Amino acid sequence: MENQNLNLLDRALGLDGPSEPWPLSGRVVLIEDCVETSGSFVLHQLVKRSLSPTSSNVIIFVAFANPFSHYDRILRKLGCNLVTQRDNKRFIFFDMLMLRCPDVDEGKSSEGGLVLLYEKILKTICGLPGDKKDYVTIMIDDISLVEVAANGGSDYVLDFLHYCHALTSEFDCSLITLNHEDIYSSMERPTLILQMEYLADILIKAEPLSTGLATDVHGQLTVLNKGTSHRLGRSGNKIHNFHYKLYVVLWRKKLVISIDKGYSSEKRSFRRTYHVNGRLGFWNLNTLCVTHLLNG
Amino acid sequence: MADTICRTLRDGGLEGEHAPALTIKDSKASPFGFDVFNYVLTQLSNHILAGKSQSRGLVVVAYSRSPSFYVDLLKRRGIDIASSHDWIHILDCYTDPLGWKNRLIDKDISQEASSLSSFCQDVRNLDKLYSLIIEQGKGLIGQGKDRFSIAIDLVSEMVRHASISSVAGILSNLRSHDQVSSIFWLLHSDLHEIKFTSVLEYLSSMVASVEPFNQAAFGQRVDLENLSMLEQNFRKGKFHVRFKRRNGRVRVMCEEILVELAGIKFTPVLSEDEIINQRLLPKVQFNLQLSEEERNERAKVVLPFEHQGNGKPIQIYDGRRSLGENKEEALVSTGKLQPDEDSGKGQIIYFRDSDDEMPDSDEDPDDDLDI
Repeated sequence: MENQNLNLLDRALGLDGPSEPWPLSGRVVLIEDCVETSGSFVLHQLVKRSLSPTSSNVIIFVAFANPFSHYDRILRKLGCNLVTQRDNKRFIFFDMLMLRCPDVDEGKSSEGGLVLLYEKILKTICGLPGDKKDYVTIMIDDISLVEVAANGGSDYVLDFLHYCHALTSEFDCSLITLNHEDIYSSMERPTLILQMEYLADILIKAEPLSTGLATDVHGQLTVLNKGTSHRLGRSGNKIHNFHYKLYVVLWRKKLVISIDKGYSSEKRSFRRTYHVNGRLGFWNLNTLCVTHLLNG
Repeated sequence: MADTICRTLRDGGLEGEHAPALTIKDSKASPFGFDVFNYVLTQLSNHILAGKSQSRGLVVVAYSRSPSFYVDLLKRRGIDIASSHDWIHILDCYTDPLGWKNRLIDKDISQEASSLSSFCQDVRNLDKLYSLIIEQGKGLIGQGKDRFSIAIDLVSEMVRHASISSVAGILSNLRSHDQVSSIFWLLHSDLHEIKFTSVLEYLSSMVASVEPFNQAAFGQRVDLENLSMLEQNFRKGKFHVRFKRRNGRVRVMCEEILVELAGIKFTPVLSEDEIINQRLLPKVQFNLQLSEEERNERAKVVLPFEHQGNGKPIQIYDGRRSLGENKEEALVSTGKLQPDEDSGKGQIIYFRDSDDEMPDSDEDPDDDLDI
């Protein structure tokens, strides 16, 4: 069953080999997407692969974008039960939806909030049993919302990412992050996304076809795998490019309603504004199951 | 060219002179700067260990990689610093640069410092960083007149925590310190304003830039046409080096980079010299170069005091008389003396000692000196 579900993305990331040692150990993966082509499905695919029965991975999922129920619904469709994994301590969920820059009265700074988040992650890793400590994957969904929570303080976000990067060399864990390239496209020097690209060992870009819209293909994925030096030696730099198509499942109506409900919540004002601006129409695709990736 | 850089760093600076400084810069389109940095670091380490370099020690200021990364890197290149490291020290600005770990209430998380590396937990304080670097360097070389080298793996990270002027200040101070033999650093040029890159280039005696192999492929959406060019850019690049010589001349050289499993490889580019020379020539209204025909004609011209090779003496036309008159006044000879013909006349004996030099050649004649 496992082998049949392997696709080109898995092969491009080296996930078609043995699960241990985990091919992404000690590596930083950046998923870049845009409004036309959401890259969330890549994140969901990586969650599914990390939690496969043959691997011993533990995921620390730092969620700024969606609640647990959202990921649970999607991964169920992919054949992975997040509730069970959470109970088994293989899927540790940090709900960061309420994190936003506190008012001055509260006395905490944007930097302070991120320091606390880093501390929480570090303590979680150190608190794991010995055999699980070597197989940690930290996932952050998504970095643009971390920036919103830090009140636009991209320097603090970069400091936080630096410390997460340090965790990958200290504990050999993997770091997988998602960011939206088109947010920064109007900037003359988009430092945050550029720094993230320099930090990343593997860059996965989801973008539309250069020829425009198509009915059969939703977009293309480009996987740039920098053969960075690590203790296993050096592997060569590789590029993979393929087209993908996502299959729709009957979730549309439900999702639209849940967004409307979210609208009324006062505390979600930051998120709600962000999501309404250009992403609402696209939101539906986040629920799609990836069952098939076409060759490009 | 990469070897020339390494030799310059190995030889260090003269008494009273600033240490040679190298800037390695790259960009997103061709991100091989770190590979070049590792290559230079390995070469310099080999020179230090072999006793061939002016410097006796190396301080690595690590911002973007952990000390264990450098231990592994040098080990893969045949240098085991875990067991013998009295010549190298790594200043760890990577693990806890802002003291976040130090602030944790739960102090169970211990930090291991060793004789090989030490922590810097406040990278914002550049004065403190300067003192740490000098202190560690002096610790490696001991008392005396020996010198040490410095490698900073990412100045781009340094300038995130401090102002441009303070970063320029610390680099300048390090460069002009009596006991610093050479210094080199890496920079990602697309992360900064041109001002900062220019400041660093001004401070450096060598600037090595890594550029994409196919400039046109960068920045476009991926499609089947540019995919192969992108693939090439991902494995190959161009390496331009600008040297500022002691005599003030600037020399530009170019090589190709190939990133392989074993590391980075530099290969010469054959036809680049002409292009580079053309770029260096100023744009003026008169022609500074020779065409092929002109070059041939020039080669045919016989120099005034040289023998033509047919046994006959050369006649020089001085412009005032017609050819053939007053041959005695025009007699010259080379090499062999001919006492029968020329007694009483002056002789010019001319030995050409070197080949013709191209105008505005960047060759420094003092290069041959072996003092």
